[in-house]
Amino acid sequence: MIELPALGWQSIVIFVVFALSLLIATYCTYAERVIAAFLQDRVGPDRAGPYGLLQPLADAVKMFTKEEFFPGGANKVLFVVGPCLAMITALMSSAVIPFGNTMSFGNNLFFLQGIEVNIGMLWIFGVVSLGVYGVMIGGWASNNKFSLLGAVRAASQNISYELAMGMSLIAVLMISGTLSLREITLQQSVAGEWQVWNIVKQPLGFIIFLVCAFAETNRTPFDLPECETELVGGYHTEYSSMKLGLYLFSEYVNIFVVSAVMSVLYFGGFNFPFQYELRDWFINSQGWELASAQNLITLLGTVGLFLKIFAFIFFFMWIRWTLPRFRYDQLMRLGWTILIPLAVFNIVLTGALILFGVI
Amino acid sequence: MHPLFLFLSFVALLSALGVVFAKNPVHSVLFLILTFFTLSGHYLLLNAQFLAAVNIIVYAGAIMVLFLFVIMFLNLNVDTEPHKPAMAKIAAAVAGGSLLLILVAALKDIVPTGVAAGTPFNSQIGMVDQLGLKLYTDFLLPFELASVLFLIAMVGAVMLGKREAGERNF
Repeated sequence: MIELPALGWQSIVIFVVFALSLLIATYCTYAERVIAAFLQDRVGPDRAGPYGLLQPLADAVKMFTKEEFFPGGANKVLFVVGPCLAMITALMSSAVIPFGNTMSFGNNLFFLQGIEVNIGMLWIFGVVSLGVYGVMIGGWASNNKFSLLGAVRAASQNISYELAMGMSLIAVLMISGTLSLREITLQQSVAGEWQVWNIVKQPLGFIIFLVCAFAETNRTPFDLPECETELVGGYHTEYSSMKLGLYLFSEYVNIFVVSAVMSVLYFGGFNFPFQYELRDWFINSQGWELASAQNLITLLGTVGLFLKIFAFIFFFMWIRWTLPRFRYDQLMRLGWTILIPLAVFNIVLTGALILFGVI
Repeated sequence: MHPLFLFLSFVALLSALGVVFAKNPVHSVLFLILTFFTLSGHYLLLNAQFLAAVNIIVYAGAIMVLFLFVIMFLNLNVDTEPHKPAMAKIAAAVAGGSLLLILVAALKDIVPTGVAAGTPFNSQIGMVDQLGLKLYTDFLLPFELASVLFLIAMVGAVMLGKREAGERNF
């Protein structure tokens, strides 16, 4: 008999997180069009359903009913594996993100988090570093020079920006002293103490992480792997139907996950200002029990975290429709000669501030 | 034996054989990545979370990406592969066989910590904090020496890749 860990009700949380990631990614495609239309002073999608809200469904139907095309000389197995890998790695990282504090029903305590491990940050970093395989394998298996160039660009870009990203995470690790994302969140707000979010302690680290997040998710101004002016469609030139859909979709899941990570690491996660005062107000003035007051605060915190995530997603789209694309040598120069030295400087600075007891 | 251990070992051996026997070098690299994943699974079974995560980040996430990168550029195909002389094959087999012999000879007599009576064993040693304490107290000198070695390697790589005076790449 195989002993599986006793997940029980926790599996419901995992399923909800999985479904939410997909739902949010679906509506990101809609939000992208609406925001693009807003920024360019156009109307945007408004045909399918009220305010065009059914547009993602219409897109899905279109994607599914298109022709499944395999280019000649393509490696059939890897051609299918590529988009699958892109999607799997995109969905895996949301497992360790704490979407809320604990909920208690009777004697049962739930964590609004897929799994709580003490290597949460390493897990995120590991899965993000695997994300490039989907693009590389798909681009290579297409047997097309443009796809291959896109894949190679994606690989070198991800490797370059991963370094700066990892080093900006190390600075967060130095001030928190733990790799668990839940612990990092809880440290940013302690009852009865004056605590600030990590963004105040790590402004430079956050900026480095943000830039690297754009590069890791292949978003403009770093979307060189799918640069249509040079490479037709980049790594997904040969893809059609839902296989293309999976590639485009995984990009939005990645944006959602990386926004959640940024909210958790730098913007207090599920904490919001005056949460303990609000809880005590419910207990003392309204006569609520501690458990139900805590549950309400947890729910409000989850809503707050999602508001932060949506703000970041909007920021991603805002940047995409505002800034032009980098040239490839500019991208490499920014990564290696600006971001990495800045990240090293940030680590030294953080160390000095900790040593002198400032943070 | 634990069924999960058996399954992971089976996949590990199968994918390791796949690395050697695959005709296409890209398939070999992908099999090698799968092998690293199963090894990380083994680390998890040994309660070594940190090692498992770092194995994925460093080997599967960084080194193998560069491997794949180079192999995609080289465009090695079965028909372009040069025919190796029989002498080279025999030499490779002898060298590999003697490496196996040495490894088996070196490892056959070791006693795992905690199995022999009287040796203290800490089941939490694979956790990040415990591992960090161990590395920075008992093994401080080798740890720091290894970091100096990495620094030398980095400086060497920069020296080799440095642009000569007057040379332009763009």
